[in-house]
Order: sequence, then structure tokens, then C-alpha cells
Amino acid sequence: MAYLTDRKRAAGLGSAKDGTEHFWNMTISSYALLVLVPLFIFTFGGILGAPYEKVVAYFARPFPAIVAGLTILVGFMHFNMGVRVLIEDYVGGHARQILIVAMTCVSYAAIATGLYAIVKLAI
Amino acid sequence: MVELTLPKNSRVTVGKTWPKPEGATRLKTFKIYRYDPDNGDNPRVDIYFVDLDKCGPMMLDALIKIKNEIDPTLTFRRSCREGICGSCAMNIGGINTLACIYGIDEVPGDVAIYPLPHMPVIKDLVPDLTHFYAQHASIMPWLETKTNRPAKEWRQSIEDRKKLDGLYECVMCASCSTACPSYWWNGDRYLGPAALLHAYRWIIDSRDEATGERLDQLEDPFKLYRCHTIMNCTKTCPKGLNPAKSIAAIKQMMVERRV
Repeated sequence: MAYLTDRKRAAGLGSAKDGTEHFWNMTISSYALLVLVPLFIFTFGGILGAPYEKVVAYFARPFPAIVAGLTILVGFMHFNMGVRVLIEDYVGGHARQILIVAMTCVSYAAIATGLYAIVKLAI
Repeated sequence: MVELTLPKNSRVTVGKTWPKPEGATRLKTFKIYRYDPDNGDNPRVDIYFVDLDKCGPMMLDALIKIKNEIDPTLTFRRSCREGICGSCAMNIGGINTLACIYGIDEVPGDVAIYPLPHMPVIKDLVPDLTHFYAQHASIMPWLETKTNRPAKEWRQSIEDRKKLDGLYECVMCASCSTACPSYWWNGDRYLGPAALLHAYRWIIDSRDEATGERLDQLEDPFKLYRCHTIMNCTKTCPKGLNPAKSIAAIKQMMVERRV
């Protein structure tokens, strides 16, 4: 047990001088997804189940390819930020840091994979 | 960090059932959390019966009657008995509230009374609020000025004074903070709705000259941004205040000064 004063315990390590950027980015990406997700469902849903050649031709057009690319990019960025909050809420200690790093890697890997697939289809 | 089960020594057991008063026609059953740190036993729930014809209308009246006439060892905080001091905050019928302004008739059936959730218990219905008060002190709940003190008083317009309505009435009973899951899991770092409502009260005070410093101090993923707008604080506040709105306003100011 440490003989800390109540005030020192409450102050902790002080302010991280950070947090608003995360909050603001979450808000912006939420609004972006509000537009992107319906567009993605509309464009992606329209071609679902079509033959391979038709899908390749469809994603060679700029609008469906850009909508899909942006949805994957913004979606996984938003996912990463959201899961980070979740981890910070429910996990403590070193496990918290390890999980945040792992989730960041997973999110960026998903973005890279998705964008690569769309570029490959489009070009 | 999240804890989904109670530690072994905190698990609640069945306690004593006290005898019913003789000749009573309107009996109300009270199931009350009891914990005595001196005997080393686990907490228990004792059952008391109160004759409503010989008891005042509020939950605090029933508790005082139990303490005076049935079991003098029952321990709880109380002082003003009119919702001003905030001492008698406890969890009654699943809601954090003040026992003195919560009517017995507001809970149908048996009344379960527990201390405020997720706080260390000193004895029976008395939680340890040391950290809660220290967090309140950390937001500097006083007027900070840099200008030389005026000859008379710090002046404030009627419109600016009105902005403090709905904020200054907070009695620091801790009902809101202890109803907040974010405060349960990260109460060591998250300031909680009560402290943040007080922080906002001083941030928007037109006379205060430390607005920037106050916002700087709150700029933290844990101190402020653990609030996920769950709204339990607003739902439970026995004074009818809206801490969630204050927290949202602080977040808005944080964005305003950046974007």
C-alpha cells in the first residue's frame, strides 16, 4: 500500500492533453459512414452474385470502386477507434496496451487487404 | 477494469429476519444490506418489518424508525432530511437516490436498500467517498481569477447567472457517479458525472478566468472521455439535474477551441 494523499491519487499522472482528436475523428467518421454505408450497400448489393467478368467491369468504374474503397478505409478506421475505447473501458494493465496494438494491426491489415482487392479489380 | 463478479469476501449472504411489530395492519418489508468490518463476516441482507401507520412517509423515516425501535446497530448517513446535504444517498429499489426525499410508496412491494454501488463500504449503508471528494477537489471548484480583485464584488449579468441554474444545485450525493458503468470500471481515472458537472459549472461561470486551464486539465481520454452518454447519471439524479448534458457541453467546447 502506498501512502499517497487522496488528492494525489485523484490527480493520477495528470492530463494526457489528448482525447478530443479521438472524439472528433470518431464523430466525423460516424457522419461519413452514415453516407457511405447506404451507398456501399446500394452499389455492392447491386452486383452481388453477378458473373466474375461483370463484377470486374463494374468495379473498373470509378463510383463503385471509390465508394467501396472509402467504406473500407473509413469503416475500419472507425472500427479501430471504437474498439480502442472498448478495450480501454474493459481491460486494464499491460493487456490493455497489447490489445490496442493488436487491434490497430488487425484494422490496418483489413484496410490494406480491402484496398488491394478493389485496386486489383479496378485496374 | 471491469469486474463481473464480487470478490469472495463481498458476496452477500442471507441475514436475520427481525420480528414483525404486533397489531400492525399496514406492514412494509425492508431488505437492508448489512456489513460490519469488525466481525470479519461477509455482508448479509437483514429483513425488517415496519408498520406504515406509525412511520413517516419517506424512506429515511423508515430507516430512522428501524434504527430507533428495532435495530440500533443499523448504520447510515443522514443529516438535513430535505434533500440538501446529500448524506443519505443509497440504492433503494435499484435506484440511487436520497432516502429523505424518496417516498416509501414509490417502491411497490418489498424495499431493497443497498449502499451506493461499486464503492468500498465502510459499514452497512455507508460508502467510502474519499476518492469521489478528492476528484471533486481536483477540478478546482472555486472561482479562479487573474484580474485584480474589484472594489466591491465580481459582477455577473442576470443572463450569465442563469447559465448556472441546473448546475449549482448539485449536492454531491454521488448518486450519479455511482450509477455510471464507466465510473464503476474506471473510477480511478474517470472523474465521473458529479465532478464533471461541477467542472462545467466553473467553466461557464462568466467571472472565472481559468477556462482554458480547466479545459486543459480535462483534456484526457479517461478524465473526460470515458463518458459514453449512457445517461444513467441523468436518470438517477435525485435533484433532477442533467450531468450528461454538462459533459456533452464540455466536449463541445473542447472541439470548438480546436476546430
